[in-house]
Amino acid sequence: MQLRDHHSPHGPLVRLGGVGVERDGRWLVRGVDLSISRGEIVTLIGPNGSGKSTTARTAIGVLKPSEGTVFRHPGLKVGYVPQKLAIDWTLPLTVRRLMTLTQPHSQAAINTALEAVGAEHLANAQVQALSGGEFQRALLARAMLGKPDLLVLDEPVQGVDFSGEIALYELIGRIRDETGCGILLISHDLHVVMAATDTVVCLNGHVCCRGTPHSVVTSPEYMRLFGARAEGALALYRHNHDHTHLPDGRVLHQDGSITDHCHPDDGHHHHHGDGHDHHHHQHHDHAHPEGDGSHAR
Amino acid sequence: MLDDFFTRALVAGIGLALTAGPLGCFIVWRRMAYFGDTMAHSALLGIALAFLLEIDLTVGVFIIAALVSLALIGLQKRGGLSADALLGILSHSALALGLVIIAFMSWVRVDLMSFLFGDILAVSKTDIAFIWAGGAAVLGILAWLWRPMLAATVSDEIALAEGMAPERTRLIFMLLMALVIAIAMKLVGVLLITSLMIIPAATARRLAVTPEQMAVLASIIGALAVTGGLFGSLKFDTPSGPSIVVAALGLFLLTMIFYARRGETGRSAS
Repeated sequence: MQLRDHHSPHGPLVRLGGVGVERDGRWLVRGVDLSISRGEIVTLIGPNGSGKSTTARTAIGVLKPSEGTVFRHPGLKVGYVPQKLAIDWTLPLTVRRLMTLTQPHSQAAINTALEAVGAEHLANAQVQALSGGEFQRALLARAMLGKPDLLVLDEPVQGVDFSGEIALYELIGRIRDETGCGILLISHDLHVVMAATDTVVCLNGHVCCRGTPHSVVTSPEYMRLFGARAEGALALYRHNHDHTHLPDGRVLHQDGSITDHCHPDDGHHHHHGDGHDHHHHQHHDHAHPEGDGSHAR
Repeated sequence: MLDDFFTRALVAGIGLALTAGPLGCFIVWRRMAYFGDTMAHSALLGIALAFLLEIDLTVGVFIIAALVSLALIGLQKRGGLSADALLGILSHSALALGLVIIAFMSWVRVDLMSFLFGDILAVSKTDIAFIWAGGAAVLGILAWLWRPMLAATVSDEIALAEGMAPERTRLIFMLLMALVIAIAMKLVGVLLITSLMIIPAATARRLAVTPEQMAVLASIIGALAVTGGLFGSLKFDTPSGPSIVVAALGLFLLTMIFYARRGETGRSAS
């Protein structure tokens, strides 16, 4: 992919080169090239089981890659919101105590973070008593409290209602603007992608395509649903997968054929000019010099 | 003061309970009760080994308990049988193996009952020194590693992503558990050790709102159980180890009934 080293003189925070992860003889994801720089928001999208979480977890060192290289900036400080987190009832834990899970913070800093996610009234609640959306907001507050260089958010808006979702996306953009951290965001929703995203990477067992949201078409349906407030915060990433990875590793193409491997130039895939292929986006990127993370919101 | 056997038992038991409380909390939080049981049962194998190699009993028990926990981690990583089944196999075979080996050693005369159920009334001043020094070491390490241990308990992945080493923390936790089992064996015996860790922790759960509170309360409740159990055993002439466990159970049931009486409101608020 296009490296955006000009963001920071120190180079990317994380860089994945040809990363693949294999479990029990099956490739969860393969051939991922990805880099995140300071101040950049990279969004991973793709259907269930397409390797989004695997890619993110490999990037921060939770998983070890079976092939390829993972570079992390020395001393990189990560804030992580995992996709699934179940806290056992036997563990008494208030939201306030959750905030200092991996490092101590002042009460003032904790209150500020909880206010930022709109959860200040939950400070003394037990985490097991929170709704899904409340828990997500608490986890986001916890991750941002440590002032990380890289914030990794695996489906941070799950369980959050629509208005809360917009507020959270805006908050995530604001965290980036204010702290200059890099953000790796995961969304299972193919259609809702943040407008403040610099790069959208679509996974489908491998990098299927990538581009700036400038190349993304705005959906009238979403605008109707979310109203004027949503404008600029939400955008549609119109997209069809032209092939599916079968459980046995073979590839089912849209034309009904099945091949053993996934090669973009084997004639089974979309042709150039379909509106979402790799080169198209890069070209688009160059044509819009403001595509450096300062999109109008 | 320590010349009286009952006082010695009391001092030793309270020292053990203070140590076992916070450690027991982690066992409950990490759902490792059966794991602790397995380590405790393997203690008998450790005793056999100690007799065979003519080393100190506590050292023998510590070594075997640590080895068993390492073997379990290794086996779990390999996959195959579920952790549940592996624990079942290791737990009872370690116990049986220990009993068989001890029976083979016709030259040693062992009071098996004292190893299975402990003999807290027979503790010496040296034992007490061992218990309090060992307990202080365990609590010190636990306090020092508290944040990473708790973070790894909540989420291994968050801990790992945010620069901690949950694998190492887990290993240290296992060794602490092995140490406490080795210390506790003489007092309450291999069959009752885990109950002294788990029951006070479970009792403390309903009374606490933070993990730190629960750990402190578990220590206090454990000490109360030891005191109540020992006085009970003196009064009713019952075996001391089991009496302590019964006292702990009594406290657990008390909090359970008390909180059940407070009804659904307490439940939904927690």
